[in-house]
Amino acid sequence: MRYHPHTPEDVRAMLDAIGAESLDALFRSIPQRLRLSRPLDLPPAADEITLFSELRALSARNDTAHPPFVGAGCYAHHVPPVVDQLLLRGEFFTAYTPYQPEISQGTLQALFEWQTFVCLLTGMDVSNASMYDGATATAEAALMATRVTGRSKIVVSAAVHPEYRKVLATYLRSTGDEIATVPFGADGRTDLAALEKAVDGETAAVIVGYPSFLGVVDALPEAAAIAKRAGALTISVTAEAVALGLLQAPGALGADVAVGTFQSFGNPVSFGGPAPGFFALREQYLRQMPGRVCGATVDKHGRRGFVLTLSTREQHIRREKATSNICTNSGLCALAATIHLSLLGKKGLAELARLNYARGRMLKDALGRAGIAPVFSAPAFNEMAFDVGDAEAVVARLAKRGIAAGAPLGRWYPELPKAKGALLCVATELHTPELIELFAQSVKG
Amino acid sequence: MEIPDTLKYTREHEWARTKGTQVVIGITDFAQDHLGDVVFVELPDVGDTVKKGESFGVVESTKAVSELFAPVSGKVVEVNDPLGDTPETINDDPYEEGWMIVVEPSDPKELDALMDAKAYRAFVEEQE
Amino acid sequence: MGNPTGWKPSMEKDAKTTTAAHAEVGAGGATRGIVHEEPLLFERGSTGRSGVSLPAAGGDFDPARELPAALLRGGVEGMPEISELEVVRHFTRMSSWNHGIDTGFYPLGSCTMKYNPKSSEALARLPGFANVHPLAPAELAQGALELMYRLERALSEIAGFDQTTLAPAAGAQGELCGLMLIRAYHQAHGNPRKKVLIPDTAHGTNPASSALNGYEVVQLSSGADGRLHPETVKAAMDEDVAAIMITNPNTLGIFESHIAEIAEIVHAKGGLVYGDGANMNALLGVARPGDMGFDVMQYNLHKTFATPHGGGGPGSGPVGVKAELAPFLPLPAVVKEGERYRLVVDPKERPQTIGKLREFWGNFGMFVRAWALIREYGPEGVAQTGKLAVLNANYLRKLLQGAYNLPYETDSLHEVVFDDKLQKAHGVTTMDVAKRLIDHGFHPPTVYFPLVVSGALMIEPTETESKETLERFAAAMKAIAEEAQADPDAVKAAPTRPFRARLDETRAARKPILRWSPGMKVE
Repeated sequence: MRYHPHTPEDVRAMLDAIGAESLDALFRSIPQRLRLSRPLDLPPAADEITLFSELRALSARNDTAHPPFVGAGCYAHHVPPVVDQLLLRGEFFTAYTPYQPEISQGTLQALFEWQTFVCLLTGMDVSNASMYDGATATAEAALMATRVTGRSKIVVSAAVHPEYRKVLATYLRSTGDEIATVPFGADGRTDLAALEKAVDGETAAVIVGYPSFLGVVDALPEAAAIAKRAGALTISVTAEAVALGLLQAPGALGADVAVGTFQSFGNPVSFGGPAPGFFALREQYLRQMPGRVCGATVDKHGRRGFVLTLSTREQHIRREKATSNICTNSGLCALAATIHLSLLGKKGLAELARLNYARGRMLKDALGRAGIAPVFSAPAFNEMAFDVGDAEAVVARLAKRGIAAGAPLGRWYPELPKAKGALLCVATELHTPELIELFAQSVKG
Repeated sequence: MEIPDTLKYTREHEWARTKGTQVVIGITDFAQDHLGDVVFVELPDVGDTVKKGESFGVVESTKAVSELFAPVSGKVVEVNDPLGDTPETINDDPYEEGWMIVVEPSDPKELDALMDAKAYRAFVEEQE
Repeated sequence: MGNPTGWKPSMEKDAKTTTAAHAEVGAGGATRGIVHEEPLLFERGSTGRSGVSLPAAGGDFDPARELPAALLRGGVEGMPEISELEVVRHFTRMSSWNHGIDTGFYPLGSCTMKYNPKSSEALARLPGFANVHPLAPAELAQGALELMYRLERALSEIAGFDQTTLAPAAGAQGELCGLMLIRAYHQAHGNPRKKVLIPDTAHGTNPASSALNGYEVVQLSSGADGRLHPETVKAAMDEDVAAIMITNPNTLGIFESHIAEIAEIVHAKGGLVYGDGANMNALLGVARPGDMGFDVMQYNLHKTFATPHGGGGPGSGPVGVKAELAPFLPLPAVVKEGERYRLVVDPKERPQTIGKLREFWGNFGMFVRAWALIREYGPEGVAQTGKLAVLNANYLRKLLQGAYNLPYETDSLHEVVFDDKLQKAHGVTTMDVAKRLIDHGFHPPTVYFPLVVSGALMIEPTETESKETLERFAAAMKAIAEEAQADPDAVKAAPTRPFRARLDETRAARKPILRWSPGMKVE
């Protein structure tokens, strides 16, 4: 076994030094009746060549020849090779949480840069060092809002990602906080009249997607104004963060907390995980923020350096009174996003965002020419729902051609008037004009 | 370890000093030394009530959080707000500039149950 | 007022720095290398540079014409403008300031910092795994689903449970998941109950997860031998107790040998037994939590199955359960129907499910790596892993005994906890020892944890380290112990070798600077 350096002589010498007869003797503190008396029932060991041939065959049973036209919270973008090459440097890759800052300055400065990117893109004052994903970041933001306001009702737009709303429900079940869901209107934007009605003096937060799950640029400023009047916090949720290169920052539109995922930067879709969740907020709520945060300081010679700080909020110190139980986050995914954002820079990000917008519009036009119209009229970024007649049938039909066609909205919104036909599709820089045209023709059938 | 003779002490290492009818409250030299550099303090607002033996705030170093327990019950009449910006005062001068709150006690007799300097010194030695 | 760690942060700005008190080359091979200062990305002055190559958009689509002006931004102010090579140098230089497993020994107790196999990385990057979308139709994702199915079966077998959910994003979320399952189980029996019992040796995530799930935490004291004793549990156990959370072996590296009896006591009152699987490495192939009375346990794939932790994550925290808890497991589940694999995502198929814990299906990229390692090990390799991890810890214990105080002499499994009692007599603390180890080229152990040991040094070598590495580490530890007597100031001035000397954590917390902004100054 190549990962075990012990020769039989080493084992013998070490056992002799310890004064143990055998390896089994080291386990004498485990009562015999609690020990396993048979080998584990696992497939036999595989050498590297066998391992690769087996897993290659397994991976080939996932058809990824075409970039997926399904997004719905997880977006296939081009990841420049630089990202992986740098990420795989063992000094980053095989480090643990930077508990010893003197020998973790690489990780720490990268986290500080990640926090800065998150703040710049979201227009917030402070960001943490990452979360598990967008869904749990949303749930943690809601819990934080209940602590900040002392209130117990969370008002969430139905256009927020259904998976995020499910996770929110799971997290809030044990706290007893109430969730009120507000519908969206025919244009796909959150129904503001319904929101106004749902928000009251007990409301801790209003949660709105930006862009929403429906791909729509939702009415964030209007929703934030409603929340503010009631003394509630506004939480904006962004799953397609490339949009923030084109759209106004949530912080500039009244959001108090911005959460979501930066998976779109530098992270492959990887069947949905891992991805870097983000959590950013206005400074006044800093003490209630969950998760780790990196801060600047000096060393004893006065040179700038970075440390994990404000850790008294966290579980390893405050235990049951911590702001969250989160410990491990998504540091490496955050590093990937940070590298990609560094490559993009101001100009590249703006270009990428416009490119995605353009490809979304191209998809809309191509499907339009095929006689397929969007379901919602509100402005979109790179993702839209289209009325394809029978969305599940289209998905099944295109799957036979190796194309992941989209997300049938009927799965999450059976009550929607066009539920049967609505298919949520995305186009990114990976979808060439030719591929988009081919897709439109295939959807038409 | 400084333990002024004129003060009263709790088992949680707060001190109490009478000032007219009022009681000034802070944490002891032992407490600040035990915590290390104080980086944050959270205190009640003027007008809040505190209850003997119950938490009225927290004090934090980078590695530990400690609750502050009220030596007496009563209404908070003064808070040392500058500590918010300069928590290091608690390390530098725990008994004077590092005071935390002033309370108008609802039952001044509660003070009698606290330790005097001699008892507290013995208590601290036992803790060490 | 309390500070159980024994760690008193205090920044000495003018501490004496020594240069020559240690050998030029540390026992772990540390010298001064080529290390560069590197500004923040945002402190670079150029404009107009970019490090990406993008296609032309094609078509004539101007968002300014089509979207409301109020919703558009001109560009993200403050973003850097850098060429590809500058980005590469920036991160390459920064990486040289880090210590990783690939750099040197990393005996961080309870974190199981074992070698992260490179083949697992290559496999996770196969396009069929990296590029498969979570909502791709099942027929386009059969390989991913089969891998999840097989991993689920293997993890259930290794820890002795009936079923395992792969959904939790990390160990702490696995704990939360387990507690939610416990709550759902009790709820289904008419009463969710109120309390969770947790020994004083537990990780901080245990009480935090309990509180997040609405349970009151009752702390139990472990005995003089570092173990939890049945009578302690008996005294605290009543019908308000939903569960006990036990890490086995515990954070002292000691096996909770009364576990079966404790489980009986808890079960007799209708409570459940939760296992924190953070230390599962010790038991691999030797014993199974599911055979000891545990009803539910989370794995930490980044510990036991060597997925990279990358400076903070990602993790993956699969949760194994006994059959009575299986109906409550979160979604999704992977099922095999004939030769086809399918995700169960509809609560209608699992009416008692606690719901969804995170978006999509779990940290799939970590599943590929963990499965690759299990395949490479096979049953003998998995068992040998546990045995060699325990051998390494016991060998280090033997080598270090005498030089450092061993607060608990009970048998160690995969890790051993020393303290700074002997060094403190000379004014040298655990933190000083840790920092001095850095000068020798080693990552320090976990310090000031568990809280039951003041000034704890918690050492977990893992099975991938060689006898010689352990001996070099022990030599460095002993040299520091000697130095602590002969020249304590030299120890206290450490570290002197790395890119930065001791950092002022007090300053960072008193005046937080948590992001770059124009004109940023740190003094």
